[in-house]
Amino acid sequence: MDGVRSHIMVCGGTGCISAGAEDIIDALKAELDKVEYDQEVNVIRTGCFGFCGQGPVVKIHPDNVFYVKVKKEDAAEIVNEHIVKGRPVSRLLYTDPESNKKLDKHHQMSFYQKQYRIALRNCGLINPDDVYEYIAFRGYEALATVLQEQTPLQVIEVIKKAGLRGRGGGGFPTGLKWELTLKSPGAEKYIICNADEGDPGAFMDRSILEGDPHSVIEAMAIGAYATGSNKGIVYIRAEYPLAIKRLQTAIGQARELGFLGKDIFNSGFCFDIEVKLGAGAFVCGEETALIQSVEGSRGEPVRKPPFPSESGYLGKPTTVNNVETFANIPPIILKGADWFSGIGTENSKGTKVFALAGNVKNVGLVEVPMGTTLREIIFDIGGGIVGNKGFKAVQTGGPSGGVITSADLDTPIDYESLKNIGSMMGSGGMIVMDDETCMVNIAKFYLGFTQDESCGKCTPCRIGTKRMYEILDNITKGKGTEEDLAHLEELAPMIKDAALCGLGQTAPNPVLSTLEYFRNEYEDHVLHKYCTAGECKALAKYSIDPEKCIGCTLCAKACPVHCIQGAVKQIHVIDPAKCISCGVCARACKFDAVIKP
Amino acid sequence: MSQSERQLVTGNTKTADLSNEHYETLENYIGTLEDKEGSLINVLHKAQELFGYLPQEVQLFIARKMDIPAAKVFGVVSFYSYFESNPVGKHKISVCMGTACFVTGAEKILEEFEKELLIGNGETTKDGMFTLKDVRCIGACGLAPVVLFDDQIYGHVTVDGVREILEKYRKVDKYAY
Repeated sequence: MDGVRSHIMVCGGTGCISAGAEDIIDALKAELDKVEYDQEVNVIRTGCFGFCGQGPVVKIHPDNVFYVKVKKEDAAEIVNEHIVKGRPVSRLLYTDPESNKKLDKHHQMSFYQKQYRIALRNCGLINPDDVYEYIAFRGYEALATVLQEQTPLQVIEVIKKAGLRGRGGGGFPTGLKWELTLKSPGAEKYIICNADEGDPGAFMDRSILEGDPHSVIEAMAIGAYATGSNKGIVYIRAEYPLAIKRLQTAIGQARELGFLGKDIFNSGFCFDIEVKLGAGAFVCGEETALIQSVEGSRGEPVRKPPFPSESGYLGKPTTVNNVETFANIPPIILKGADWFSGIGTENSKGTKVFALAGNVKNVGLVEVPMGTTLREIIFDIGGGIVGNKGFKAVQTGGPSGGVITSADLDTPIDYESLKNIGSMMGSGGMIVMDDETCMVNIAKFYLGFTQDESCGKCTPCRIGTKRMYEILDNITKGKGTEEDLAHLEELAPMIKDAALCGLGQTAPNPVLSTLEYFRNEYEDHVLHKYCTAGECKALAKYSIDPEKCIGCTLCAKACPVHCIQGAVKQIHVIDPAKCISCGVCARACKFDAVIKP
Repeated sequence: MSQSERQLVTGNTKTADLSNEHYETLENYIGTLEDKEGSLINVLHKAQELFGYLPQEVQLFIARKMDIPAAKVFGVVSFYSYFESNPVGKHKISVCMGTACFVTGAEKILEEFEKELLIGNGETTKDGMFTLKDVRCIGACGLAPVVLFDDQIYGHVTVDGVREILEKYRKVDKYAY
């Protein structure tokens, strides 16, 4: 590190890597070599910056200049202009959509202004493959503190006082969970990190493991000490190869430096971690199913009680916590319970990471204090809706949650408030939908998901969600009746009451919530055989705007069923009876004259 | 293990594509495991990595080497969507069906692939080139809609871009032979 005067940080999250970040790193290194600056400027692959929609992201330290949408061809200019001559490359700076001004510091951007990073504190800041960088940011200090100065009960007391609740969705108080395991009889106990992030549209756990794996390892060791366990397991999705690799590297480094293994920090405390891969089953995010899967079986949930804290992995007391929950632990130990409980709302302390995605301008990971409103997240941080379309709804809680309309955008979010408006916190997926999204289709999408992922063990979930899906499918195909809506409303509470685990108990939520807020859309589908959003193909019919049509014949030529009539330079007409609503004509038209239904 | 031994284990001789070498690697891997039964999923991952998929005979082999019922192995294989018990094409096309991709048009992308390849979701083309499958969220929501071609991620895919991607792979393979 001697003589290094500048660092070029390149985002190494999955999003940016897919968009070519590795090539950028190579190109930057090659350019630095050319000008012989390779000894004084380092290129570092960091974790996720969070601003995925603007990726690949490159940041220069200590100038604190933030470049967006960088390509490998830009490497020469960044090195020659910025590094050599000290002139930031303005064309690669972020343009503020409001003022149209170029912004070079990330804290000037509205995307970052309202964020408060605790769980993501090191993401985008350190090289996840270098344990010493983690240590430089007070890494493993929290573990040393608890091992040398605190008893397990004292650690639990701190976490309880901080008010940390499970970030995986349930919101169960973490301190209490630890206490239950500690107090369960038995010498052999386990701690499991749930990294089976199955909620479609949520990717915070992946980003934490990719960007700051040591924080999870450290927190697991703290949790193990507090609960009296000596063995930890990270259960991670096989779909996250990069996170698995970085986690394994980090575990190796931690073992080498004695943060894992025997007699950690000379305290006599022994702890080690094993990585187990999932294999693509959403239900394994449920803790009892997860334990089944860790044991090598089908991931079917079992009835609670007994809770895992009494009888979990191999029948021994087991704590299961989510990745983001763990990432909050070291700062709480270092900064104290009062600091943490000073952030957030009365019943939900600290921050929450949301994966903001869908039809929103600034797609990415955002971490905000509990109590921030949805409007702030979607419009201030997220920058509003793509393509100047209207906002229709936001979906939180994934397949277990519901939709929230503009009427509730000013609700300060926490575990309880979201429940009160018919949705839930869930793991933090936040999907924004514009006014061209069909809500019946969205409900069908989620039901299709839960139906597919239902493990099949209990009847209400296995058969109930299937029937609900079939009804929704019929409605989107124009075969729905008014009775169907009544059937949906009748089935939903039955499934909720009778299903064995969380997956089934929450599966009807997307249907209930869309039925409540968008009943008119359901009625349009059922009574008028019409899909307002134009998404349901079977109901959609295309037409041609006579004002715009110039008679170029492109649409008629493209139509696979020849249902468009009209000669050259004459206004064309679609025969709705023959139209199969494939949309080819709309794509063929260069004059925007085909009206989508 | 000798060929005749394997015939005893699997009861059939259609093993041309399943080389002995892979069986040995797999057997050695199983040998290193302490907690055998608890590692079944890891073993299946390893086997799929070696063989490309998990045909019945590989499942049987695993069951016998690990001393667990074949029914349990099959039960686990069929439970998890990551495990394939049918042969897969040379290239695996995975269309992400996470919510972010769904609301940005993943359904249409999948349909376009189906149209282009003349196969349905979950099927393999006759020439054994492509297997098409929808996958659960791969967490690259910033690039939605996303298509995974083997390990390569394509972001912001459009309906018109589908053919372009396919052409790229078809061309590369043409030169390869």
